[in-house]
Amino acid sequence: MAYTAQDFKKGQPRWCPGCGDHFFLASLHKAMAEIGVAPNNTAVISGIGCSSRLPHYMATYGMNTIHGRSAAIATGAKVANPDLTVWQVSGDGDGLAIGGNHFIHANRRNINLNMILLNNRIYGLTKGQYSPTSPRGFVSKSSPYGTVEDPFRPAELCFGARGHFFARAVATDAPGTVEILKAAYNHKGAAVCEILQNCVIFNNGCHDAVYSKEGRAENAIFLKHGEKMIFGKDNEYGIVQEGFGVKVVKLGEDGYTEADVLVHDAKCEDNTLQLKLAEMEWPVALGVIRDVDAPTYDDSVTAQIEEVKAAKKYHNFAELLETNDIWEVK
Amino acid sequence: MAETLEVKELAEVAVRFSGDSGDGMQLAGNIFSTVSATVGNSISTFPDYPADIRAPQGSLTGVSGFQVHIGADVVYTPGDKCDVLVAMNAAALKTQYKYAKPGAAIIIDTDSFGPADLKKAAFATEDYLGEMGIDPDRVIACPITKMVKDCLADSGMDVKAMLKCRNMFALGLVCWLFDRDLDIAFNFLKEKFAKKPGVAEANIKVIQAGYDYGHNTHSSVANVYRIETKNKVPGRYMDITGNKATAYGFIAAAEQAGLKLFLGSYPITPATDVLHELSKHKSLGVTTVQCEDEIAGCASSLGAAFAGALAVTSTSGPGICLKSEAMNLAVIMELPLVVLDVQRGGPATGLPTKSEQTDLLQALYGRNGESPMPVIAATSPTDCFYAAYDAAKIALEHMTPVVLLTDAYIANGSAAFKLPNLAEMDSINPPYVPEDLKGTWTPYMRTENGTRYWAVPGREGFEHILGGLEKDDKTGAISTNPENHDLMTRKRQAKIDNIVVPDLEVLGDKDDADLLIVGFGSTYGHLHAAMDEMRAAGKKVAMAQFKYLNPLPANTAEVLTKYKKVVVAEQNMGQLAGYLRMKVDGFVPEQYNEVKGQPFIVEELVEAFSAIINK
Repeated sequence: MAYTAQDFKKGQPRWCPGCGDHFFLASLHKAMAEIGVAPNNTAVISGIGCSSRLPHYMATYGMNTIHGRSAAIATGAKVANPDLTVWQVSGDGDGLAIGGNHFIHANRRNINLNMILLNNRIYGLTKGQYSPTSPRGFVSKSSPYGTVEDPFRPAELCFGARGHFFARAVATDAPGTVEILKAAYNHKGAAVCEILQNCVIFNNGCHDAVYSKEGRAENAIFLKHGEKMIFGKDNEYGIVQEGFGVKVVKLGEDGYTEADVLVHDAKCEDNTLQLKLAEMEWPVALGVIRDVDAPTYDDSVTAQIEEVKAAKKYHNFAELLETNDIWEVK
Repeated sequence: MAETLEVKELAEVAVRFSGDSGDGMQLAGNIFSTVSATVGNSISTFPDYPADIRAPQGSLTGVSGFQVHIGADVVYTPGDKCDVLVAMNAAALKTQYKYAKPGAAIIIDTDSFGPADLKKAAFATEDYLGEMGIDPDRVIACPITKMVKDCLADSGMDVKAMLKCRNMFALGLVCWLFDRDLDIAFNFLKEKFAKKPGVAEANIKVIQAGYDYGHNTHSSVANVYRIETKNKVPGRYMDITGNKATAYGFIAAAEQAGLKLFLGSYPITPATDVLHELSKHKSLGVTTVQCEDEIAGCASSLGAAFAGALAVTSTSGPGICLKSEAMNLAVIMELPLVVLDVQRGGPATGLPTKSEQTDLLQALYGRNGESPMPVIAATSPTDCFYAAYDAAKIALEHMTPVVLLTDAYIANGSAAFKLPNLAEMDSINPPYVPEDLKGTWTPYMRTENGTRYWAVPGREGFEHILGGLEKDDKTGAISTNPENHDLMTRKRQAKIDNIVVPDLEVLGDKDDADLLIVGFGSTYGHLHAAMDEMRAAGKKVAMAQFKYLNPLPANTAEVLTKYKKVVVAEQNMGQLAGYLRMKVDGFVPEQYNEVKGQPFIVEELVEAFSAIINK
């Protein structure tokens, strides 16, 4: 059956006008329609925060749970019912602060979840405190003199937890967002999608460099597996390897030609280069940065149950009782 | 030395096996209880192990004990004190003698009472019996280590392996003392070590040697004992601990309901054995996830409940604090979830291996907001099975989280369990949303008894969202309407109040008792034994044990206000007494409270309750 975005829409979103969440929601509806899993076989599970309101605007099954726990709740839902396609939605506070432990363990276990991280580097719902992705020195209501701590870099956290999929998109870039959401669905295992999203009220302009199409043309690179890492308004820049790192070069200058430019390998098991790409400040890497196959937890659980079923002779409660030392009183 | 051997009939006897943690005392005790149960004796066991993983060998902190109580008639407890104490080394004698009755027989391995052993056990002299005031005539002093080595000299085993069989020599002696049939023990070992026939053979040889040693020397005690069997209930039985019975209860309930059993958990003493037990049974389709923390244990279970499983999470001690957030989410989302709390000594890390009943009020009220939740407390190791089954049935049929309270005492203790027949147990019928409501159904639409319908993901036309925010009664959308919140709060409360639980049963002198003893959960055995003893002494006493704490049985007020005097006895500072005072107008009971981390002592209960009657 073919679906349209309309089939996944529900209700009227209550986010502030201009909030990045509106853009993302539209892309998610579109991606789900293109993916084609029925709404009744889809569950969207969020925590608490502005972005976690999202399941209310989905015509699928959903839960808008408690702060930080959605990755753990989604884990249970997926393992108990592997037929469900599960989307887990968090913000940077929900997913990386209070829910940081569940975020890393969902990645480590490689649960087959599509994990959306809407990153606006601020707590919006509680009205403007710094988040674990706010840069050092960030001034907010709870840090009037600037923060004195360094932020998480989501890709680094994902890779550190042995994550096998990481992609990034800008909320205002619908095609780019739809593309990584579909890639996340097609990846078997935990698939983290970082969505760079603006908070018009408390952190306006936090992703300015890449928020507009023009900005992205100058300041972002769209990575595609198997393609050369070339970017710029006129494709004038390339990314080359230097030592253990990468650097941006202008093609035709300093002796660099297109032949020197790296080809993106999202499938490479070793994440060293992928991490370097994910952490570039200029250009900002967008698209699927890492996408490596690995056994998923939920598949492995199911397979182990089938193996043990075949190996053991007891398959119901009555037979289980008989495996004990039993005596008879006459 | 006794001159003649008498055979003495006993109604009951308690044997305590004690030694280093690694001495295999639990195995010896298990075999002895199984052998006794097989001939139809009633059994009750209780392990008493140290919190340290493995304290230095021979040290006072490394002693572990295992007490087995067997009786011709029903025994309700593992026994206050023992009639026979097996002490495998000097430290065991030093720390465990206090659990022996005056005149109890003491079995010791004299090879473990050398100068170094005595020093580690803090004896001042070599006259260790004199130091402890033990009559040598009561002691079976036997060079167990040496005899085990001699017995296995031709086995080809190394010394370390041989010494692992010392427990079996002691067991052989105890079997002789109680006239037990060794064949049952041999069969037990053959099955246990089916894959290592050499080990089985060595153990069997050593048991026989211990038995023969007792028989040939008459040892140094005057009697062998015989425990006859009365009031046998015919049937097939197994020995089961409370934790294992709990796990079995969940498995049985899942099968009865036709659902997948899901456990999200995090290891914590003394609940971990439930995780171990359920993890074994993948051939029954049981799914266990050892989570990153207690929070995820409960949260993942709730996710599994949403997705259509019988979801359980298990914990102890501080774990229940961490779970309360997701338990509360289950309350407002109205999803079925069983939360097992194997209570242990608190607060905080407290006494991890010891037993208390101190989580009652937390289970009832320890969450933000109005958060009603059924609470069930199992009354014995075998009752854990039925309590777990009931908890699952209530959770599934009433779409609510349920707290199942057990504690370290019944979780680790064991008793003979008559094999249940699932076909004879109550059916379990979750309120799945009927297909004909498609199109008109909203998530908080209720059945006649006020239960929310369950629409499991996958069903077409019932897509919906649940969550931690208050919802509109009619539409299921987020609502901050004050009238609606008041209504939803009342509906959640009414749903729990409407659950029908069995009436409170009064035992003993139910018509004319001068004192009603009231308790809850795991103290059932000790309170029953105390009541029996008082009635045997001519006093008029009755008892009522709460298993269902929320909602309370319908006849609660009637029972509590019927008797002249009521004492509420519990292993906390008065949580049940306070709760009942809140629930029953004018109810002002006497209280007996103890928080020592150990089971009640029947003798002390009898003394305290008698004083209340005489007051």
